[in-house]
Amino acid sequence: MEHKHIISVLVLHRPGVLQRISGLFTRRWFNISSITVGSTENPEIARMTIVVNGDDNVLEQVIKQLNKLVEVVKVTDLNSSKSVQRELCLVKVYAPTEDSKSQVIQYVNIFRGKIIDLSTETLTVEITGDEQKVNAFLDLVRPMGIKEIARTGLTALMRGSKILKSNKA
Amino acid sequence: MKGAEAMMKALKAENVKVLFGYPGGQLLPFYDALYHTDFVHILTRHEQAAAHAADGYARASGDVGVCVATSGPGATNLVTGVATAHADSSPVVALTGQVPTRLIGNDAFQEIDALGIFMQITKHNFQIQDTSEIPKIFRKAFEIAKTGRPGAVHIDLPKDVQDSELDLEKYPIPADINLQGYKPTTFGHPLQIKKAVEIIQNSKRPVIIAGGGVQIANASLELIKLSEFVKIPVCTTLMGKGAFPEEHPLALGLVGMHGTKASNYSVYESDVLIAIGCRFSDRITGDLSSFAPHAKIIHIDIDPAEIGKNVRVDIPIVGDAKAILKDILTHILKKQPINKNEWMENVKKLQKESLPIMDFDNKPVKPQRLIKEMMLALRELDPSLKNTIITTDVGQNQMWMAHYFQSSAPKSFISSGGQGTMGFGFPSAIGAKIARPDASVISVTGDGGFLMNSQELATISEYQIPIVIAIFDNRTLGMVYQWQNLYYGKRQCAVHLGNTPDFVKLAESYGVDALRIESPEDIKESFKTALKSGKPYLLDIIIDPTEALHMVPPGGTMTNILFPERQEPTPKPTCFNDMKKILNLKV
Repeated sequence: MEHKHIISVLVLHRPGVLQRISGLFTRRWFNISSITVGSTENPEIARMTIVVNGDDNVLEQVIKQLNKLVEVVKVTDLNSSKSVQRELCLVKVYAPTEDSKSQVIQYVNIFRGKIIDLSTETLTVEITGDEQKVNAFLDLVRPMGIKEIARTGLTALMRGSKILKSNKA
Repeated sequence: MKGAEAMMKALKAENVKVLFGYPGGQLLPFYDALYHTDFVHILTRHEQAAAHAADGYARASGDVGVCVATSGPGATNLVTGVATAHADSSPVVALTGQVPTRLIGNDAFQEIDALGIFMQITKHNFQIQDTSEIPKIFRKAFEIAKTGRPGAVHIDLPKDVQDSELDLEKYPIPADINLQGYKPTTFGHPLQIKKAVEIIQNSKRPVIIAGGGVQIANASLELIKLSEFVKIPVCTTLMGKGAFPEEHPLALGLVGMHGTKASNYSVYESDVLIAIGCRFSDRITGDLSSFAPHAKIIHIDIDPAEIGKNVRVDIPIVGDAKAILKDILTHILKKQPINKNEWMENVKKLQKESLPIMDFDNKPVKPQRLIKEMMLALRELDPSLKNTIITTDVGQNQMWMAHYFQSSAPKSFISSGGQGTMGFGFPSAIGAKIARPDASVISVTGDGGFLMNSQELATISEYQIPIVIAIFDNRTLGMVYQWQNLYYGKRQCAVHLGNTPDFVKLAESYGVDALRIESPEDIKESFKTALKSGKPYLLDIIIDPTEALHMVPPGGTMTNILFPERQEPTPKPTCFNDMKKILNLKV
């Protein structure tokens, strides 16, 4: 059964690590749907959140192969524990009239988004949430005309007080 | 001191004694520092050969092999050798020169993204960007190459890093290195070991598949003990050949696509399969649904990613094969194994049915007879064959040797398994001889594979490295031609080597003694002459080009062994372009 898996990977914060990881995915034909990278509370460590499609065997191999990389410190499948997930999406909506503008503003309020730019013809909206929420918003404004979208891909953390610690330290 | 001198100190600290390499512009500081040391440096005639030689050195000795090449084309020439070493878990450290840091990224002369290129074919790789990193990075590289599942590690050395000054007191070579993201598991999980012991103890038809991991972990003695005590027959993969003595009554021989009937049938019929240090490659399993269909599978491997990758496993045990086998033995030796007479009889019957026929008197010589005579010659000089190392090339010569040659000592059969690299056999023999100068080293090769690195005749001649090259000369790319006959309607395309050089004259032109052998009666004496000469020696043995090797079709069930009919090479090659035809091309 194909599933969407969210994997959290702690890596040493060094140049070239992303290439190593993306190369691994290419080489082994793992189906990657998004990857986000950013620094963490520890300046030496970066966190990658990788969304992968595949069955359980694929997930197992992804985790094991990632663990083999020398610069990978910790790999966890976030599906196995409860997690909070967010994605940031910027969308430029076509809204040339006052009516359409106020409609977008209404939607943005309901979705707790933000208007971050405005022109005579467009509104640029910032929306954060899990993938479904972002998709729902986009579906809503699509009939009005989407000019441009930029999505960051998912980032995630475990819910509660548990944290990812290096098991190789 | 200069960075390059620190590199020499770092290599010394790793107990490196030999480097295989080829200098170049971006390695001038490195080679200048080398000038002041007592390292043995073998100048090969091609960088690929340097990598294969380092690999052969590593496989024969168990130590790290080191190869060196300059930037750009030097580095790319290393690639095949490094990939080959890595695929077979051989600890090789590859050093490449690089353009000075200020030029990196500018497409400078002989610049290439060596870091990017080697990334996917090594266990790990580094680019030293600052001279102060040298001590740590060298330490890390060797640590990664030789621990856990060994593999190839690459270090890229920009020229200015070799040239800049370094205060080794401020940046000493660390004795111990903590690699945060790298902690290989050595000892098996006690609970899993207990479970495995129980299953092995209660097995009625157990079989062991011994892979390369057994050799790497030096676990042969433990393997033999377990096999003998519980009465478990042992088959080996190509990489495992030699891990279990093949004259042993419990030895089944090679398993898989070109495996023996004894091995393949025993695995099929087994109720417990213990795989040790093997990665269940497609060449071993064939069709997965019919692989060991009745067996509980115990998989012992130091690389967790190998477990469950290709084959479902009931008891996974991650760790070092020697440590795990020792643990299993401590438990199992306390128990009385159950009676396995029936299984032993079955195994004996299969072994009898697998006995190869080798007494052919044909001319040209049959490879079976050739191998038999070769073994006779070797046994006269080294009765146990424990001091004999065979390296093979790739193709029929490799599979014939794997099948018919009886290896009895670990690390005595060196062959390119994972990558199947033609051109590997001859240069890897050079490395093996340098690692084990006391051993008789024979490079078995096909004519095709030999031609891929035949320039190394110059190397063995220059240094007088006494290895024997045995060319199984059938003037064709035998394995490809066999497959074309079997699966492509006998259409032989581009497999005829036609005018291969006169190998005897070729060797002589390099100053290497050589003999051509055309009759089976001459083989033994020629081998003895060559081995006793104490000099590099080439034997060109003209063999029957029609001889094919039994096999299981790719993806097939391992008990459906196919014995291909003998097939004459097409008298007129079907795919032939002579110069006239090329001139007539209206381009």
